[in-house]
Amino acid sequence: MANIIGAVTTSHIPAIANAMANKAEETPYWKPFFDGYPPVRKWLNEKKPDVIVLFYNDHGLEFFIDKKPTFAIGVADEYHNSDEGWGIATIPPVTGESELSWHIANSLVEDGFDMTICQEMKVDHGLTVPLSLMWPGNDYGHVKVIPVCINCEQHPMPQPKRCYALGQAIGKAIESFDSDMTVAIFGTGGLSHQLDGEAAGTLNRKFDLECMDKLVTNPEELTKYSNLDLVKIGGAQTVELNMWIAMRGVLRGKVTELHRNYHAPISNTGAGLLLLEHEMPK
Amino acid sequence: MTANDPTQPIPGTYLFDGKMAKKGYGLNKMCFSFNEQSARDEFNKDPDAYCTKFGLTDAQIKAIHERDIIGLLQQGGSIYYVAKFAGLLKLNMQDIGAIQTGMSLDEFKAMLVRRGAGEE
Repeated sequence: MANIIGAVTTSHIPAIANAMANKAEETPYWKPFFDGYPPVRKWLNEKKPDVIVLFYNDHGLEFFIDKKPTFAIGVADEYHNSDEGWGIATIPPVTGESELSWHIANSLVEDGFDMTICQEMKVDHGLTVPLSLMWPGNDYGHVKVIPVCINCEQHPMPQPKRCYALGQAIGKAIESFDSDMTVAIFGTGGLSHQLDGEAAGTLNRKFDLECMDKLVTNPEELTKYSNLDLVKIGGAQTVELNMWIAMRGVLRGKVTELHRNYHAPISNTGAGLLLLEHEMPK
Repeated sequence: MTANDPTQPIPGTYLFDGKMAKKGYGLNKMCFSFNEQSARDEFNKDPDAYCTKFGLTDAQIKAIHERDIIGLLQQGGSIYYVAKFAGLLKLNMQDIGAIQTGMSLDEFKAMLVRRGAGEE
């Protein structure tokens, strides 16, 4: 069976891509954010996962509201980034893992998660910024990525408990794949932020830190929130916590936090970083 | 600062739900097209003609003209696509945060710093 070796959570906002493009990592504004990343990069370079299952949300590059999937999974050999309309640099193609992707898709539908299955899928900053962050210089071509996209734009959105269950079902699927490949899970986006309305600029440091604690030790507690709760507590886009919750659903047994960073604000957002490992039950 | 919309359950927040998605469909479709440089060029050449092409309502066209971000949200705009319109105007998320809250950019950024530090 394929082996799930650990997980990473990170913010994915476009401003990070601009900061990297402008080489602003060492400026006072950005340094507390970027200083969090070297331990995670080191872990990835040492463990060398073959595959990353990456939870993200599309922000209107691949999907429009003419047909908006609640959950989508990519099953391609390669994915491309494209112009998102506001001038962040596009990045080189992302390598896929078609065989495991189809295995997960088959297993998920069997388990009652009726995924939209995508053989072509443009991937936006939600997926690309985390890759650029983990492999500076966009040196990620050797890693195979399986995109799992969660609707965080249009209500009704899948609830936290459903995203957690999706993660559990993906974990089960990976573990039943006949291969010795290693897999790491990325949960991207968040944490508290609000971009739209008179309440733009909502940010909740206390809640973000609580979420990071609970995500490690007591994730079921987070599944009790509704999406409306998350909007009220942390702002409209705090629903991106669902990608972190889905990630956590994949992990089993005892979960250990190897590294953490939290810095707020970057742009309008509370930025959390976690590196987790789990000890599979025998 | 524009008055809060009393029909919204959370003050200062426009939940993008089915009602809004229907109301804003043409507006959002136009802003989605701004992923393409050719669409941005076509809009810049003749904004009114481009709005007409996507069937925008008078209220939506007015909000586009006035760069009224709150107005666009009230007319069914999704922030994901409104952000692409803002990008076309060379405005980033912090710029439109300031516009929506009626603050200066510096005031808006200072508020974020206070909140990031857990001071409010």
